[in-house]
Amino acid sequence: MSAFDAGGPTLDPTRPLTAAGNLRRRRRTDRLMRGIATTAAVFAVAVLVIVLVTVAEKGASQLSISFLFKDPSVGLGAVGGGIASAIVGTGLIVALATVMALPFGVLIAIYLTEFSTPRTARPIRLVLDLLNGMPSIVIGVFVYGLLIEGHQQAGWAGSFALSIIMVPLVARATGEMLMLVPRELRDASHALGMSRWRTILGIVLPSSLGGILTGTVLAIARAAGETAPLLFTTSIFSNSTTVNIFGTALPNIPYLIFQDSESAFPADHARAWGAALVLIVFILIGNLGARAMLARQRRKIVSR
Amino acid sequence: MEGSQPETDAATDAPLAALAVTSREHTDLATRDVVFELRDVDLYYGATLAVSGLSMQMHKNVITAMIGPSGCGKSTVVRTLNRMNDSIPGFRVGGEVLYHGHDMYASGVDPVEVRRRIGMVFQRPNPFPKSIYDNIAWAPRILGLKQNLDERVEKALRGAALWDEVKDRQKGSALGLSGGQQQRLCIARAIAIEPDVLLLDEPCSALDPIATALVEELMQDLKRDYTLVIVTHNMQQAARVAERTAFFSLDVSGGKRTGVLVEYDDTEKLFTRPSDKRTEDYVTGRFG
Repeated sequence: MSAFDAGGPTLDPTRPLTAAGNLRRRRRTDRLMRGIATTAAVFAVAVLVIVLVTVAEKGASQLSISFLFKDPSVGLGAVGGGIASAIVGTGLIVALATVMALPFGVLIAIYLTEFSTPRTARPIRLVLDLLNGMPSIVIGVFVYGLLIEGHQQAGWAGSFALSIIMVPLVARATGEMLMLVPRELRDASHALGMSRWRTILGIVLPSSLGGILTGTVLAIARAAGETAPLLFTTSIFSNSTTVNIFGTALPNIPYLIFQDSESAFPADHARAWGAALVLIVFILIGNLGARAMLARQRRKIVSR
Repeated sequence: MEGSQPETDAATDAPLAALAVTSREHTDLATRDVVFELRDVDLYYGATLAVSGLSMQMHKNVITAMIGPSGCGKSTVVRTLNRMNDSIPGFRVGGEVLYHGHDMYASGVDPVEVRRRIGMVFQRPNPFPKSIYDNIAWAPRILGLKQNLDERVEKALRGAALWDEVKDRQKGSALGLSGGQQQRLCIARAIAIEPDVLLLDEPCSALDPIATALVEELMQDLKRDYTLVIVTHNMQQAARVAERTAFFSLDVSGGKRTGVLVEYDDTEKLFTRPSDKRTEDYVTGRFG
């Protein structure tokens, strides 16, 4: 006799173990939802593949030694030439941005993990998250107002704008690695009569160096593709290779793509695709390499 | 190897007779300098009173053991002796902790200087991810003890009975050593800066019996030069190594759990003729 005398169908334990009653409907719903979720996941991968294939398809024909090592041909819609000036410019701008962002980001992370109290850490983390989500065009306009307005455009201003984008990324990646360093190592150092800063310098940072560097590479990969911050700071440039980052605007890949894709000439469109492929390959290599290094470093620290 | 093995001693259920201290010269404490003197010390974590009303003295070149059930605050006490608890938010000390007559918690006392004189070895071996040599040489280098660094490293390794095992691979990573070797490396690292006191917080709880025996033997050598305080939850270990033993227990009256010092005496007396019923229950295995 069932204790729940609600009048529902009684369970027959000897019946075959196949789906029956409303289980059929429940099973259909289950399958449907699983299908939708899987489709969404596949879609994400498909988007990346489609972008990569399209860029590769349209840009591959441009790739050649001279495309990488020659400056763009002069003249409206001129055919031939390369993007050497933009590659050099992007390299310099991003390198300077890294020099500015790396120490700053690492120091922020050190403050957060080693010196802050929960009360001071929370607002700083929030600010870092907000900075991370700040539209890059806003950062571009801000740097324009701060450094360019009334002056000439300059490559270093672009670097400054990119470094604002990089700081929260570097700080976050570094912070995560510092937190992986076991407390026992800090205790060991303190018990030897070492000050906190010595402990950080001698034990904590060396233990997490690989992680900090990979985090930085990820930030570089992100910054290298940013266009908006360069729009106002280093977009009026000549097409010849220059290293004068403090005196003049530097040609750079993101803005070159933007400019050439807006052009009316087919040769410019082709160059834009080629430049896009070069940029995407640089970023993919940096990204994947950094992630592999990061995974290795994490294992090294954790499996002590 | 490094998993948590609370009791590594094979003789855990040996009869009380086996615990009896076998051969130890009687130490006349009256002739020894007092290194630590605790006067009515209360230790707090925030609003929680962790250890209450603690008064005891620890003497020079003597091994003092602290035993007691888990949570009775013995680790808290030993970490108070070199201000390692400073980094724990809310930690507070009431009463006086005197080290050679100086109040360790007076304003103006620099915890870095305190720890330079009072070294510590921890429960889990915690070598730095550096070479064996650099593990030992790092701190002396920074403290300005740069002369004859190689000799200093050798002396420390010899002092920790590790020299013969690692002399040919000092540039190798310390993480490649076994757990017992790592712990002796940590001891070598601690004595390389020639401290005055060595605190050992359950130094053998992550080691196997053979490594434990080595470390215990080492402690007998070390007490010639250093004052040692060891926390252990292994009674046999206290009986084997220490001249003086303090038994801590938990006072659970009033719904609060507070660590208290129950009895502090010569190890032999504490284990064979305890004067407190709680000590007797603990050392005979009726409790804890």
